[in-house]
Amino acid sequence: MIELQNISIEFRTKDQVIRAVDQASLHIGTGEVFGIVGASGAGKSSLLRTINLLERPSAGRVRLDGRDITDLKGAALRRERQKTGLIFQHFNLMHTRTVFDNVAFALRVAGKQAAEIAAHVPEILDLVGLSDKVQVYPSQLSGGQKQRVGIARAIANHPAVLLCDEPTSALDLETSGAILELLKEINRRLGITIVLISHEMSVIKTICDRVAVMDQGRIVEQGDVYDIFARPEHPFTRQLVDRTFNLDLPERLTANLQGTLLKILFLGERAEHPLLSEAALRFGISVNILHGKIEYINNRAIGLLVALLGELQECSTHAAHITEPLTGRIAAAVDFIRQGSARVEVLHA
Amino acid sequence: MPSEWASLTADLVHAFGETFLMVGISGFFAIVGGLPLGFLLFIAERRLFWDNKAAYATGSVTVNIIRSIPFVILLVLLLPFTQFVLGTTIGPAAATVPLSVAAIAFYARLVEAALCEVDPGIIEAAQAFGASPLRIVATVLFPEALAGFLRALTVTLISLIGYSAMAGIVGGGGVGDLAIRFGYYRYQTDVLIVTVIALVILVQLVQTLGDRLAKHADKKGV
Ligand SMILES: Nc1ncnc2c1ncn2[C@@H]1O[C@H](COP(=O)(O)OP(=O)(O)OP(=O)(O)O)[C@@H](O)[C@H]1O
Ligand SMILES: [Mg+2]
Repeated sequence: MIELQNISIEFRTKDQVIRAVDQASLHIGTGEVFGIVGASGAGKSSLLRTINLLERPSAGRVRLDGRDITDLKGAALRRERQKTGLIFQHFNLMHTRTVFDNVAFALRVAGKQAAEIAAHVPEILDLVGLSDKVQVYPSQLSGGQKQRVGIARAIANHPAVLLCDEPTSALDLETSGAILELLKEINRRLGITIVLISHEMSVIKTICDRVAVMDQGRIVEQGDVYDIFARPEHPFTRQLVDRTFNLDLPERLTANLQGTLLKILFLGERAEHPLLSEAALRFGISVNILHGKIEYINNRAIGLLVALLGELQECSTHAAHITEPLTGRIAAAVDFIRQGSARVEVLHA
Repeated sequence: MPSEWASLTADLVHAFGETFLMVGISGFFAIVGGLPLGFLLFIAERRLFWDNKAAYATGSVTVNIIRSIPFVILLVLLLPFTQFVLGTTIGPAAATVPLSVAAIAFYARLVEAALCEVDPGIIEAAQAFGASPLRIVATVLFPEALAGFLRALTVTLISLIGYSAMAGIVGGGGVGDLAIRFGYYRYQTDVLIVTVIALVILVQLVQTLGDRLAKHADKKGV
């Protein structure tokens, strides 16, 4: 569907050349919701804007449905752009036009007749849940409602692709969730391929099937959202994922730790296996869970636990076979847990 | 002395008629010439659909030169041109030539400034939907900047009223001419005061009307 091949984008300012995107390649399938995540200035917007050639790459090719559109100009380029919708962080609605006319604009551009526009616009506004705001000006709408108009305008022409540049960054958490829900529904009901930029993994997690991680103009990692969360490879991705899970321990706990502190990752149905209690019994140690979280991504579970392994209290050392020193037993327990889980990280020994 | 007042009133009406004529015609040229020139400057500067540094530099420098010449001097400088266009340099019609030149340059800059106020994101959205340059100019830039255009026109017209009075000094007729003849040469201070009052009222009217129209065009504040 969308193929970006070795895209580089350079901006020339007076005294330097900024390489905003460096040799980025992506392949996005029909009907997918594809995320691009990265820090501010990573080049996400620049890369996204090459898909409808609002930004022309300095090098590389852009293909849509197998057709190379990189060199399109003038009327041919405009016709191509009518097949992609774009929504913005700051909505970019025309202030002097009503909601109806903002949406109608996209249809007039595509050469639709007035009668068709009059019939179609209310349908779309109904789809995005704004049927009561048809004749209202944007200044009278809330942020979430403005973004709904932006979405209505972008999908009015039945585009094959919807590009979203941080569509929820200007909205509060709840409104943001509703907008993502709407995008997901549009993807499902209308089969529109969505490419979505965000700097938050939580947004990507909610809506995307696959994701590309960008750092300083390069795509450092891409794949299934679940896999990226489960096994982040690049340090930058790890940092992003860690921030999402937010498993920081309070200093009070980390100040004088007695024992071995583990971060344990469980994937899929393993998350439900009573691994830790078994380890405690078998090796005669105490397992103290300090922090934990289970995330469901595309209906699959990722569990993260932070647990402290240590010496058992006196009264319960009934197991006669425990003669080994504590360090040996803990090492064996760590091995045992390692086999039963996806990944074990020793945070403190 | 009722007859003197009657003749003064007749003079005033005649003078204001001439002023209206000068301001009206040069105001018309400000719109017809300044609006497209302002769009041109804006588009060339932002490299919107047309990347032409030379055109921007030429337009911009020309406008700056005209704007930096004091109007009285521009009036004199353009005398040969006025003579060439109209065959005379005397009278309100002749004064409209330098007035129009000044008005076009003045209004073009203000139009450009008003266009710069339009959120670039809105233009980008229109481009993203595949709108043609002509459509963007006519159905996005124009309505979004209309309130600004009207405010700019108000400022321009008021400046033109002032300029047209200066044109009176070199025989252009109008209110300025009246003030010079009666107030300066004959020391009739009362005529001068009446003229000033009439001018204040005129400027006030133009400003109020301009504000009304601009507010109507500006839906942002609804
Ligand atoms: N028109 C431009 N001229 C010069 N430099 C630019 C231009 N547009 C972007 N850049 C630079 O390119 C780099 C990437 O910008 P881009 O907007 O693509 O980042 P981003 O990942 O979208 O960031 P953000 O999350 O802040 O939107 C930045 O360093 C930016 O300063
Ligand atoms: Mg961006």
